Amino acid sequence: MSESSYALDTDPRPGPLAAGVSVVRRHPLAALGVVIALVALWLGIREGWHELAQATLNGIVAGNYFALGAVGLTLIFGVLRLVNFAHGEFLTFGAYMLIAANALGLPLVVSAVVGVVVTAGLALSLEVVLWRPVRRKRVGELQLLLLALGLAYVMRYTISFVAGPEDRASGADVTAGVTILGLRIGRTELIVTLVGLAAIALVAIGLRYTSLGRQMRALADSIELSETTGIDTDRIVLVTWAISGGLAGLAGIIYALPAGTVNPQLGFTLILSIFAAVVVGGIGNAYGALAGGMLIGVAQEWSTLVINPSMKVAVGFAVLILVLLVRPQGLFGRARSVER
Amino acid sequence: MTAAVLAVTFEFLKNQDFWINVGVLATTYGVFALGVQLNIGTTGIFNFGQAGFMAVGSYTMGILVVKSGVSFWLAILAGLGTAAAAAILVGLPSLRLRADYFAISTLAFSEIVRYIADNWDGLTGGNLGLFGYTDTWNDLSTEIDGWLGHLGIAPHFLLPLLVVNLAVFLVLAAFVAVLVRSPWGRVLNAIREDEDAARALGKNTFAYKLQSLSIAAALAAIAGYMLAINISILSPANFDPVITAYGYVIVILGGLGSYLGVVVGSFFLIFLLESTRYLELPLSDARVASLRFVIVGLVLMALVIFRPQGLFGKREELTLRARR
Repeated sequence: MSESSYALDTDPRPGPLAAGVSVVRRHPLAALGVVIALVALWLGIREGWHELAQATLNGIVAGNYFALGAVGLTLIFGVLRLVNFAHGEFLTFGAYMLIAANALGLPLVVSAVVGVVVTAGLALSLEVVLWRPVRRKRVGELQLLLLALGLAYVMRYTISFVAGPEDRASGADVTAGVTILGLRIGRTELIVTLVGLAAIALVAIGLRYTSLGRQMRALADSIELSETTGIDTDRIVLVTWAISGGLAGLAGIIYALPAGTVNPQLGFTLILSIFAAVVVGGIGNAYGALAGGMLIGVAQEWSTLVINPSMKVAVGFAVLILVLLVRPQGLFGRARSVER
Repeated sequence: MTAAVLAVTFEFLKNQDFWINVGVLATTYGVFALGVQLNIGTTGIFNFGQAGFMAVGSYTMGILVVKSGVSFWLAILAGLGTAAAAAILVGLPSLRLRADYFAISTLAFSEIVRYIADNWDGLTGGNLGLFGYTDTWNDLSTEIDGWLGHLGIAPHFLLPLLVVNLAVFLVLAAFVAVLVRSPWGRVLNAIREDEDAARALGKNTFAYKLQSLSIAAALAAIAGYMLAINISILSPANFDPVITAYGYVIVILGGLGSYLGVVVGSFFLIFLLESTRYLELPLSDARVASLRFVIVGLVLMALVIFRPQGLFGKREELTLRARR
């Protein structure tokens, strides 16, 4: 324990609050586990264990599309240092492509695949016609952020212009439900949630064990070092865009099918929670984004037990601010990268 | 046939209503953009939540007048205070961090404000909007109309607002332009150029950035009052983050760091946007509204790619902070 005596030299009497904050900073996962357990205990006793279990299930359903949306956003940030404000519009685009394919007479499942593939294609084309040329011009950080912001409006309102601003039916049956262990879940909801969980598992395994996944994580860590080790960075960037876009499209579809309707603001209403998930997991960290998405989903649904459900989106923001205050690098991020 | 449908007439340019409307909106978004300029152009901090501060200020004013019966002028002061306080609240956790964290936090804040305005019906009137705060202004407006009448100017219901807006905008633009040349403003410039160097000189750069953000938020609140009076009903849709994009278009158009640029840029953008209302397109109103937002996005992207220095800016000011 020579380390603690060292700390005593610089900071003789830390207050209880400062000490608590420092414990949270050093052991974020343990602290998070304790917080979750305490909140669950409190909610379970106050609202009943059945209600808590139902809210948790709803949270996992929501966590799916947050996680799938967040992992693409965080990968692009990691690889390109680009905060893609237009990422939410990929979700919207995916859902609309599903509806378009369905309207052409394709079955819903095939339409969903079309939605994912076309969204991945859109992300790829944007890299080729917009982002790559812009990067070659060595533009500044502000320019990148503003381009993403501008692109978000162009995409959102082009969708609105073409498809109309009103709600459209997503084509799935949202009336049938099933009961598992006394917990209610819509049939469509159950199917897309299983698909989403499978996709999350695939992404996690792919990142960990495939050569492509390792290369992507290497790029996210340092693009210069990756280049010197002979990784074809242009190719990996393209693949990252395709995966980011495809997963976003899938997330949009997973949201849209059980919801029953879609409108052009779909992605934008979700992007705040997705950003929160990304920051909670540590910007650029793919596993963090997956865990962060689930955490935000469950936190929002748990909050509906005690506050007005229409305010649950604000919970995402509260978590975001809390994380920024206590541990800005997120649950899994490293401290070196967050300070200006 | 198609040619006839798509024909554009420029008759509207002779219309007095058009120009007064452009003036009122340009001054409103001009004041709004002054704050954006102070943050991004002078201090180099990426405030993407300006529309949220605008909402906090104008809703504070509206709620105090309508629900609590506070006097209009006192409510205006209170709105400035809450907007600045909101800026400090958002800035405290996020301004110490890297620029992108700050951009995300401010955008998220602005969405949450709109979300709360939309859902807390009892306080904000929700979707139906909040109205009934314009009595004091209406009296003042009649009085100004009288003065203008003495000068031989024909009355017009928006003219008094234009006169006040224009005066406020120009005074504020001059004030901020002077402010950034003061020793205080030079520190902001130093932060934009090299924050570490400014810190090494013993400047508390965090405090300066917070001050810059608070002043921008107060400017957003003033723009919010101009908007609130103009449309006489506050609704969440008026504070879509696309308004923040308007601010950035104005700032980039005029040139980063240039306050003259904000004046010119705001009139230019609003003239462009309002002119699109007179395009006779065979489209529904909802589609035309969507199209206008697409245009704002495209103009922003095109400017950033092809002329990032704007009309009065220097290219180096934008490329200085090249990505790591």
